[in-house]
Amino acid sequence: MPASEGALGKEEAVVRAEPRGGLAVAVWATLKRDLLLLLRRRSEVLNPLVFFAIVITLFPIGISPDPALLAAIAPGLLWVAALLAALLSLDSLFRADYDDGSLEQLLLTPQPLAMLALAKVAVHWLLTGLPLALMAPVLGIMLALPAGSYLVLAVSLALGSASLSLIGAIGAALTVGLSRGGVLLSLLVLPLYIPVLIFGAGAVQAAIFGDSVLAHLAILGALLALALIFAPLAIAASLRISING
Amino acid sequence: MWAFLNKLRSPKWFYTISARLQPWFWAAALILIVTGSVWGLAFAPADYQQGNSFRIIYVHVPAAFLAQSIFVSLAVTGLVFMVWKIKIADMAATVMAPLGAAMTFVALFSGAVWGVPTWGTWWMWDARLTSMLILLFLYLGVIALRGAFASRDSASRAASVLAMVGVINIPIIKYSVDWWYTLHQPATFTVTGRAAMPMEMWLPLLIMVLGFYCFFIALTLMRTRSEILRRESSKRWVRELAEEAN
Repeated sequence: MPASEGALGKEEAVVRAEPRGGLAVAVWATLKRDLLLLLRRRSEVLNPLVFFAIVITLFPIGISPDPALLAAIAPGLLWVAALLAALLSLDSLFRADYDDGSLEQLLLTPQPLAMLALAKVAVHWLLTGLPLALMAPVLGIMLALPAGSYLVLAVSLALGSASLSLIGAIGAALTVGLSRGGVLLSLLVLPLYIPVLIFGAGAVQAAIFGDSVLAHLAILGALLALALIFAPLAIAASLRISING
Repeated sequence: MWAFLNKLRSPKWFYTISARLQPWFWAAALILIVTGSVWGLAFAPADYQQGNSFRIIYVHVPAAFLAQSIFVSLAVTGLVFMVWKIKIADMAATVMAPLGAAMTFVALFSGAVWGVPTWGTWWMWDARLTSMLILLFLYLGVIALRGAFASRDSASRAASVLAMVGVINIPIIKYSVDWWYTLHQPATFTVTGRAAMPMEMWLPLLIMVLGFYCFFIALTLMRTRSEILRRESSKRWVRELAEEAN
């Protein structure tokens, strides 16, 4: 008897101690789990990249293959196409977790939902925004983007797409409970993307004209800082609405 | 303050009090808009550069004012609804959103009509036009999101969150569009040229702005009242009201 009581006591202690494992553990676990899940579904990671490449291919065909003309509009084209590619992948951000119920488990954890949502968004950025940013210079070559702006293009996309993931996740969280939220999601999120687009494409333009790039990048960073503070709270509130409704 | 908030919780109280307030706002709106229109359209002096076409501002400016204030009201009512769960706030937000979208459209359309004689084109990618267009998209997003949910409570809370997110973003969008405009296009002609406006032009404009606000309040009260009846249609006081009317 005493032995089993002791075991029970131990178990209770473990159960009680677990939440104390703390935020870092929970966030790390969410990060690892999401990374693993996404890496096993490679097509979901690759699709936005392929979409990005195809859309960029459409522009020379639709407008003109003239390198001078393409070079003039390349910064905007690359940014808009990358933005749309990132947007496309947003719908699946919480979808699978919503369908199999693991999102509800996230809501039930003692850790703040905002931080766990932030971990999920971070994974989204790592596997969508960052690859898009790394791929953009290659497509830039195809659009005859003037030399000297490639690094700025990649850096501005990497910085900007993090804000895009954070803002977009609010929309994804609001629409995850709806069966056909895809188009609605773009309607909600695209107007909010405009500041990021302006300063992101502006940074590349500035690099081409030889102006100072730092001002644009600094504002992109400021937008990211703001989004990092406010977006997780909005995402958490939106997820609660979608789950309870 | 708390007593007032508690009273606000009751749709019935709001229904009674708004019945008393409503006629005053309608009367004020009617008097102000008629006075402002007649004064502005017939008696105010013509602009020495734009001639009579400047008179569009008597519709354009009040509509643009309302378009922006209504979005802020959406966010405020959204916050009130989320924090204190006051249903009236959400009902008001429901009826205000289409009005705000309409006002944004009126501002854009009257701006386009004014642009033809002044700029020679219906549309310019001017900073103000662009941010108003984005505001219209934000309104459409809020309305569409509210319509997409099957459950009314989720729809209300989702629309509230989106309105609040939108309000945080509006100044950011506004300043970034201004920045974008100054970067891309040198300001060949500015809309701000009319900042110094003579008194006899400015006064009717002020009257029109006040009239539009009164109209907005009156219309919101009226539509909120019908929204109350619609949502509370199963409550006893609403039924009694309907029986009395019959």
